[in-house]
Amino acid sequence: MSNAAVRINDLGFTYPRQSASCFTNLNLEVQEGERFGLFGPNGAGKTTLMNCMTGLLRFSEGSIQLLGHEITHHKKAINKLFGFVPQDFSFYQELSPAENLAFFGAWSGLQKAEIKNKTTELLEVLGLTEVRNKKVEQFSGGMKRRVNLAIGVIHNPRILFLDEPTVGVDVHTRHAIINYLKKLNEDGTTLIYTSHQLSEAEDLCNKVALIDDGKIIAHDTLNQLLIDHKEDGLEGLFINLTGKSYRNT
Amino acid sequence: MFKLWSTILKDMRILTRDRLGLVFMFVMPIVLAVVITAVQNSTFEMLNTNTVPMLICNRDTGEAGKQMQTAIEKVGMFSLKQVTPNVTDKEISERMHAKDAVIAIIIPADFTQKLKLTADATAKKALKNFGMQAAGTAITNDSSQVQPITLLYHPVLQESFRHSINGALRSALQVVQNKEVLKSLYFALNETALPDSLEKDLINSQVAIVEIPVSRDGSRNIPNASQHNVPAWTVFAMFFIVISLGGSVVREKLNGSFVRLKTLPTNYLVALISKQLSYLFITFIQATVVFSMGIWLFPSMGLPKLNLPADITGVVIVTLICGWCAVSYAIMIGVFAKTQEQANGIGAVSIVLMAAVGGLLVPSFAMPESFQFVMKLSPLHWCLEAYYGLFLEGGKLKDVILNIIPLLGITFAIQLITLIGLKRKNLI
Repeated sequence: MSNAAVRINDLGFTYPRQSASCFTNLNLEVQEGERFGLFGPNGAGKTTLMNCMTGLLRFSEGSIQLLGHEITHHKKAINKLFGFVPQDFSFYQELSPAENLAFFGAWSGLQKAEIKNKTTELLEVLGLTEVRNKKVEQFSGGMKRRVNLAIGVIHNPRILFLDEPTVGVDVHTRHAIINYLKKLNEDGTTLIYTSHQLSEAEDLCNKVALIDDGKIIAHDTLNQLLIDHKEDGLEGLFINLTGKSYRNT
Repeated sequence: MFKLWSTILKDMRILTRDRLGLVFMFVMPIVLAVVITAVQNSTFEMLNTNTVPMLICNRDTGEAGKQMQTAIEKVGMFSLKQVTPNVTDKEISERMHAKDAVIAIIIPADFTQKLKLTADATAKKALKNFGMQAAGTAITNDSSQVQPITLLYHPVLQESFRHSINGALRSALQVVQNKEVLKSLYFALNETALPDSLEKDLINSQVAIVEIPVSRDGSRNIPNASQHNVPAWTVFAMFFIVISLGGSVVREKLNGSFVRLKTLPTNYLVALISKQLSYLFITFIQATVVFSMGIWLFPSMGLPKLNLPADITGVVIVTLICGWCAVSYAIMIGVFAKTQEQANGIGAVSIVLMAAVGGLLVPSFAMPESFQFVMKLSPLHWCLEAYYGLFLEGGKLKDVILNIIPLLGITFAIQLITLIGLKRKNLI
């Protein structure tokens, strides 16, 4: 049994009715327990790669394994292994945080008692206890981000995919979310994260990969990449490897 | 089961918090049923109990003109307003524009004289055929010289209603014409005038018509406007759930929740089953509310009471099947629509079209031949036929089974198309 949380071999993916491939022979490995950051310019393929890993997109070539299981086989069973926090608010705004957690908890395979305990715990940790029965549509952007995160982790996933989980939030909320993610990682959850907040990524990630034009152009620990490319920060490294030109994709 | 229950709970919570949607789902069918029933009921009453105002201008000075007027009065359908003979056609038209009456009849000046000539000619022809030609008379054909009776009608009068009026006038005219022919015949044979008593006997010996509704349960209750309209507009309202449900499916697809659902270890079919059960419950409540209004509220509004069929189980089952078909259709629209505007637009227009071809707006028997096949593709047609079988014909569930089978067939086809759509869009 491999200790790779994610193993991607020779991945090929092309969007329907498009001639150019997004990925050709892409290979990547993320080890269990890592806080892995996937970065790249707009249109580089970060979200597409994450959607392939979570099974939202069907790829045509290669394979993706999560914790040693091919995601194309027993798809629904594998879905128990990971959690996903999309960039958009992925819940029902008409419902309260508690009601959302009750529904998504059930869909994640939890039983009533487990949902109850986990809801109380998550709302407490993420500072939402006082508003547990208020409709989410009345919440601020930061509060909605926390609800979004809570739903993604309610079933204690072994791998957590996070697509820009802190976009549009204030410093306090960002700090709270990053600290909570670190705690989750300490408890054994592998984090796979994308963001444009490079300073935040420096704080959170211990391993990074840079993707551009559908190819992994760098993949190592952050420290090693900074040494290799003689940079003192992720932003400098990013510019160094991807260039300064605008991306119109 | 817990997943399904949680999903139903979620759907019901969202549904009950959408106040505008609820108003649309419950107030719309009630308003439709009340308004259409009231309008149609007043038309029925106009034709059956109320009278239509009619201007009558009798320019004839003879007996036939008077008899014609009496015959029209006897029809019982009109309230006659006499106009003096010297009033011009233009003045009559102006009075009609002033809504003094919606129809006017002008009996020409020499009506009696010409009618007598026509009657004599007819009588002589008849006698000649019998080999009994009246002495000293030659057959002349004067019928072409009879001036027609003019019927003026207001353009607001619907064609079907105009035809009813025309039929009533024709029947009155027939009475007068027949009387004249009889008189001529009698005179030619007996050389004396037709006795009054015999004239009355001959004219009044019309065969009566007994109207009997063909009901399956043998009852003779004449269907009223509520029996026609309440089931019809309940079906329409059930299918109009597409606005709420189709929109809900699209919203779920467009907002992130759908993306997350796809990454969870539960099949999206659970969500679809939950939506079907939740909204089926809503359609059943819709029908219950509208039927209850028909029974208890309509009489207090001066509308005829809705009489529930004897087979209540049949009504419940037909309601559930109609509701299931409506819900399936709404989900299909939601699955294929890309935006909420698309779902609302396509959903609403398609329901109105299916209602039109399905017999909700025009009775199915009056549908043109070319539309008969299209009509059978409309689920609303089969819903309506099943309800009419119960509400109007007094049938039982077994009597409407031939309407339920095609309805179920259409529902399964819709479900299949939905599943194919979900599969093609990588949603299941």
